[in-house]
Amino acid sequence: MNIENKLLKQSSLEKLILKLKEEGKQVFAPVKKNDIVDFSEIASLQEMTEDYIVTVQSAKAVAFPKVETLFDFQISKSNVAITEKDTQSLPEVVLLGARPCDAAAFEALNAIFTWDNLNDHFFVQKLKKTTIIGFSCSKADDKCFCTSVNGNPGSTRGSDILLTKIDNGNYLAEIITEKGQDLAAKYADLFEAAPEVDKNKYLADVPVQFELKAILDNISGAFDHPLWVKQSLRCISCGACAYVCPTCACFDIQDINNGSEGHRKRSWDSCGFGLFTIHTSGHNPREVQSQRWRQRVMHKFAYMPERQQVVGCVGCGRCSRSCPADMNLKEHLINLAKEVAK
Amino acid sequence: MDSVKKKAKELLENQSVNLIIGYGEGSDKSVRTIFISTADEVDQLIYDERCVQNLAFYLMKHEVKHMGKLGIIAPLPVMRTILQIASECQIKEENVVVLGVNPKGELVECNGFKDIESYVAACDLDLPAKEKEIIAKLDAMTVQERWTFWTNELSRCIKCYACRAACPMCYCTRCQVECNNPQWITVEATPMGNLEWHFMRAMHLTGRCVNCGECGRACPLNIPVNLLTYKTVMTVKEQFDVVSGTLANMDSVLSSYKIDDKENFIR
Amino acid sequence: MSQENIYKPYLMRIERISEEAPFVKTFRLKFVNEEDEKNFSYRTGQFGEYSVMGEGESTFCIASSPTQKGYIECTFRQAGKVTSALYRRDVGDIIGFRGPYGNIFPIEEWKGKNLLFIAGGIALPPMRSVIWNCLDLRENYKNVTIVYGAKTVADLVYKEELREWDHRPDVKLITTVDPGGETPDWKGKIGFVPTVLSQEVTSSENTIAIVCGPPIMIKFTMPVLEKLGFADENIFTTLENRMKCGFGKCGRCNVGKVFVCKDGPVFTLKQLKELPGEY
Repeated sequence: MNIENKLLKQSSLEKLILKLKEEGKQVFAPVKKNDIVDFSEIASLQEMTEDYIVTVQSAKAVAFPKVETLFDFQISKSNVAITEKDTQSLPEVVLLGARPCDAAAFEALNAIFTWDNLNDHFFVQKLKKTTIIGFSCSKADDKCFCTSVNGNPGSTRGSDILLTKIDNGNYLAEIITEKGQDLAAKYADLFEAAPEVDKNKYLADVPVQFELKAILDNISGAFDHPLWVKQSLRCISCGACAYVCPTCACFDIQDINNGSEGHRKRSWDSCGFGLFTIHTSGHNPREVQSQRWRQRVMHKFAYMPERQQVVGCVGCGRCSRSCPADMNLKEHLINLAKEVAK
Repeated sequence: MDSVKKKAKELLENQSVNLIIGYGEGSDKSVRTIFISTADEVDQLIYDERCVQNLAFYLMKHEVKHMGKLGIIAPLPVMRTILQIASECQIKEENVVVLGVNPKGELVECNGFKDIESYVAACDLDLPAKEKEIIAKLDAMTVQERWTFWTNELSRCIKCYACRAACPMCYCTRCQVECNNPQWITVEATPMGNLEWHFMRAMHLTGRCVNCGECGRACPLNIPVNLLTYKTVMTVKEQFDVVSGTLANMDSVLSSYKIDDKENFIR
Repeated sequence: MSQENIYKPYLMRIERISEEAPFVKTFRLKFVNEEDEKNFSYRTGQFGEYSVMGEGESTFCIASSPTQKGYIECTFRQAGKVTSALYRRDVGDIIGFRGPYGNIFPIEEWKGKNLLFIAGGIALPPMRSVIWNCLDLRENYKNVTIVYGAKTVADLVYKEELREWDHRPDVKLITTVDPGGETPDWKGKIGFVPTVLSQEVTSSENTIAIVCGPPIMIKFTMPVLEKLGFADENIFTTLENRMKCGFGKCGRCNVGKVFVCKDGPVFTLKQLKELPGEY
């Protein structure tokens, strides 16, 4: 599909949000609250902040929420009944202000949730109902490394429409997918003729930090390398990295029991937690943190590329920003690329 | 910092310790924990007002513990943590060499826990001013207002357990939330479940918290969970006249009973 | 099972409960909905997620053979929250079942060969399915030998089946208990499984070995088999790991790039040797 360029004026974007709300769509955008910027539902563009490199948490919750009810059940003396929510009647969602790394992350999540043609319909339906209007990055910090993992601050991958802020507060709007086309066509009066601009002029500079190929080619042979212990010595196994990560999808399934009725729910989990892999017998294949750190990195850079043909990291740097122990994934990957290539 | 570095070098050179846990430069002007094992790495050690992370956590981390005899750079919060975990029989005096550090970055000689106790006894153990102010504001609220404040804050919690992981007192190998028979605290992040989790943690830390503030700092969503445990510290001082992390052999406030306790209902 | 919701279990009614050993029970389960039963099929080696609504799910193999129609069976030991809840069920109760998941024992490839089944303790259940599958297609295979041992006589599971296999002229059954585990009227062997194996089995020619047991038993059995000349690709075993989803999405059961729920639970020794030491 060819990408079509349009001009979206600031005032038109404001009108667009109001129109989407009128239609009954839920619009999520970065909002500043409690000194942090996170995705929140908005009623108008005014509530959105542009003062962020990336939000603290990722946008994965639109399709993979932190808690998802899988089904409800009712228990009586002689019977058990299961009832399900109707996923066809899910609300339409517009995700506004997702960075190119956030949009690209949905590809990795999709690879997991549809692996081997077995579809998690909660994820698939929710993603289907989501239109992603991404925002290019005009600034980056030293925790960003999208360009080292096949991304870039103006990448159109994963977005339905990508907005790049140009002069006078207006946006270059790239209409990328069919979903994007449908939206632009519906509000054609808001999208004007393409401006004559060089998009790259408005993008942040994110220098490449390490050679991804060096990691992808050699990491499978590095299972017993001593660097895993060294790198993870200061990790406190808190789990924050997995929770804020846009491509982490590990989950737990738990039953909530209210006597005669209850629910089975799926919630976020982290391979960094000590008891993630513990057997009932007490045996734990990943007993110490260095083994769990190795699992985290190899899952993203060895197992996912091999089994699902996608790299499990988009270089957003959220993990590094949230880490209380300053683990800094980018630094570790630079070190890893050097060590495994030896 | 020179006196500290000199001592650290000595200890590594004469092999009194195999590893020293200290502060070093991190990414983007932040500070991170470093582990040095040779004398020429000693110059990486730093100490300034950015060094707030509670290093004592690592004294109980499996991989670190097994690297041999440990040395640790110890500003006040770390010293208090060491005394508290010693009180709880989690560490032996002979297994750790403490390189005390005062706010100016000068070495405080600590030959054994007695020295640490004397240093701590002479320090001001009051809560940081900023937190004291917020707690005073909360105390001035009505119960309903306070309840609303906490339900709003804690409903944002995503149950990542970073607060628990960062806290050196949360060293239980099987935390209460990890018990599923029965499931005391619900796994999923719901407003009521989050409250249960945080209140339970605050209760388990009553009489044990040393005000290091790591829990609040670790929270990725800036929820001020440290205020809950700070308040328990204030309450314990008022009601029991005891401050945790001041002695290496202190009875647990909530689970020690003596004949001469002022409460007589138990007799 | 709904085409859409992959987490939704089939409803199964417990038709029969057998007490195999202390804290070990076998359930025979029938589908509550006939439609479900019509659409359901599985192959030997596969497993499922069995659940009690309100308590959670637990992973066990399907212990019956696909040649036995109309029901499936599972055998488990009461050990944790969910298995304790299952243990308290009565005949007629309804539980959940999701499956079948995992790979299979390639019994088609074993046609014309001798089969040597070796199991210990509670690890006989995964083997029971494949043993019955092969015995129900007996003409496909040459000699069938089963070596099974447990700590004590009371710990031997499937006691009825053991009697049946013992009486079959086309099966050689050797049962054993650990030294000290015998009762006064015990007529079987006394000794650890690997020891008894080395005494009773003398050839690996044209034979497939299938081994299931506690890690310690596997550790000492493999050298015996290697000494007998079994090639790594002719030794089959099953792996267990903590699971939740059972179909490769929750990220929990992987050993390196291999997911026990999808690429296993059946592995050859050759495949096991290629796995990183993380299980």
